[in-house]
Amino acid sequence: MIEVKDLKKQFGQKVAVDNLSFSVKKGEVLGFLGPNGAGKSTTMRMVTGFLPVTAGEIEICGISMIGSPTEAKRKIGYLPESAPLYNDMTVRGFLRFCASMQGLKGAARATAVDEAIETCFLESVASQSIDTLSKGYRHRTCLAQSLLHNPEVLVLDEPTDGLDPNQKSEVRKLIKRLGEDRAILFSTHILEEVSAACTRAVIVDQGNIVADGTPDELEKQGGGSLSELFRKVTSQESPAA
Amino acid sequence: MNTWTIFKRELTSYFTQLTAYAVIVIFGLLSVGLAFTFGSFWRYEDASLSYSFFWWHPLLLMILAPAVTMRLWSDEHRTGTIELLGTMPVSMGSAILGKFFASAFVWLIALALTFPIVVSVNWLGDPDNWTIFSGYLGSFIVCCTFLAISSLVSAFTRDQVVALIVSVAICFILTFCGIDPVINEVRRSGSAETVNLLSTLGVYSHFLDATRGLIRLPSLIYFIGLISVCLVGTNLVLKSQRA
Ligand SMILES: Nc1ncnc2c1ncn2[C@@H]1O[C@H](COP(=O)(O)OP(=O)(O)OP(=O)(O)O)[C@@H](O)[C@H]1O
Ligand SMILES: [Mg+2]
Repeated sequence: MIEVKDLKKQFGQKVAVDNLSFSVKKGEVLGFLGPNGAGKSTTMRMVTGFLPVTAGEIEICGISMIGSPTEAKRKIGYLPESAPLYNDMTVRGFLRFCASMQGLKGAARATAVDEAIETCFLESVASQSIDTLSKGYRHRTCLAQSLLHNPEVLVLDEPTDGLDPNQKSEVRKLIKRLGEDRAILFSTHILEEVSAACTRAVIVDQGNIVADGTPDELEKQGGGSLSELFRKVTSQESPAA
Repeated sequence: MNTWTIFKRELTSYFTQLTAYAVIVIFGLLSVGLAFTFGSFWRYEDASLSYSFFWWHPLLLMILAPAVTMRLWSDEHRTGTIELLGTMPVSMGSAILGKFFASAFVWLIALALTFPIVVSVNWLGDPDNWTIFSGYLGSFIVCCTFLAISSLVSAFTRDQVVALIVSVAICFILTFCGIDPVINEVRRSGSAETVNLLSTLGVYSHFLDATRGLIRLPSLIYFIGLISVCLVGTNLVLKSQRA
């Protein structure tokens, strides 16, 4: 459902993503690993249609993100890296706004908002102003936003960043459950999450895919440990950000 | 539809962040206050309100309008919410319009709430209410022009203070290059063409026509053209920033 072919992104002279190709099918959860500055977020921003591509093809459920962005964006739920929110709104107000933007109305919108609040455990803060939320709750609010329109494709940039251990495991379970009938692309720096939630993982370094396989295969390549493989295939010196 | 959703969100945020109240109160007090003091409302018995009341509006708006709009896009960049907007199934154009209309609506309220002065002139004498209405229209369109300019400027930067200073500077130039004292000064030294050019470029000559009840086509083209250029420019700037 996500098809990416020869994706390239250049900022001025700097190549952030270089000829990246991968695909995520329905029922797959693809883990996106890589050192800081590897180009994970940049790739996700292009897949979700926020950044224009320098070269390459992106198809979401068969719709080209470059040719018809509005239709393609309708299929995607996206959690940006920094979990941006409108600070002057309440959690419920924000989710209601996002649901309207996704084209939901009336009763359908109310149900969608209630479901997202329940899925992301936000009941206790639903009517609290966003600027008074703790970091973890902010993150969960933004995650809830990505689930509102029940998208077929989820792109989550570090969904477990800033969450407490209980919530981390809840979100992993959530990703695994949602992944059964969706296509999910998510990035993380926590290697245990790969075996806990992913059906497949790729390691990206300096804009290139350097390893690709199921969690078991990758562990085997690393001689039994994923972090060994990670150290082996990624350059120790991350490029100056 | 999406423009409407964004309009509602923006308008609510103007009121929850108290910007709207500040604008309404300050503009109301200053515009009516100036009319009764420096505007010599009593002395001229200026029933059309042209010189006593409306004359001050561009001067107030050139500072207050950018103050409302400075966070329009800079905030969106700073907090990263532009990434949410940019990945929702909406065009940037509808977001730009929604935000612009919301800020214009706040000013519509602020202008409407200066109505006591209209009631006073009607009570004191027998003014031409059409002229007064056309004055308000002129004031509103000058305001919209300044809002569009600061929308464009705020798209360039994530720093609100920079956005404010640059927009005020541009609005200041547009206001002052057509104002009487400047025009008179130029008339003494410069050619007639320069005088013409300045008063066509500045907002004052267009605005003063409106306060006298004259809404002329060239003026409308001037204002609406300027607004469209700024809004389309906002779209281009927002696009180019992501390339
Ligand atoms: N707008 C931009 N202008 C210039 N360079 C950029 C821009 N955005 C990202 N980059 C560069 O692109 C490279 C990839 O960045 P990206 O954010 O995709 O990394 P990442 O893999 O998400 O890293 P992290 O693990 O730290 O989140 C970095 O070197 C970064 O400096
Ligand atoms: Mg990142």
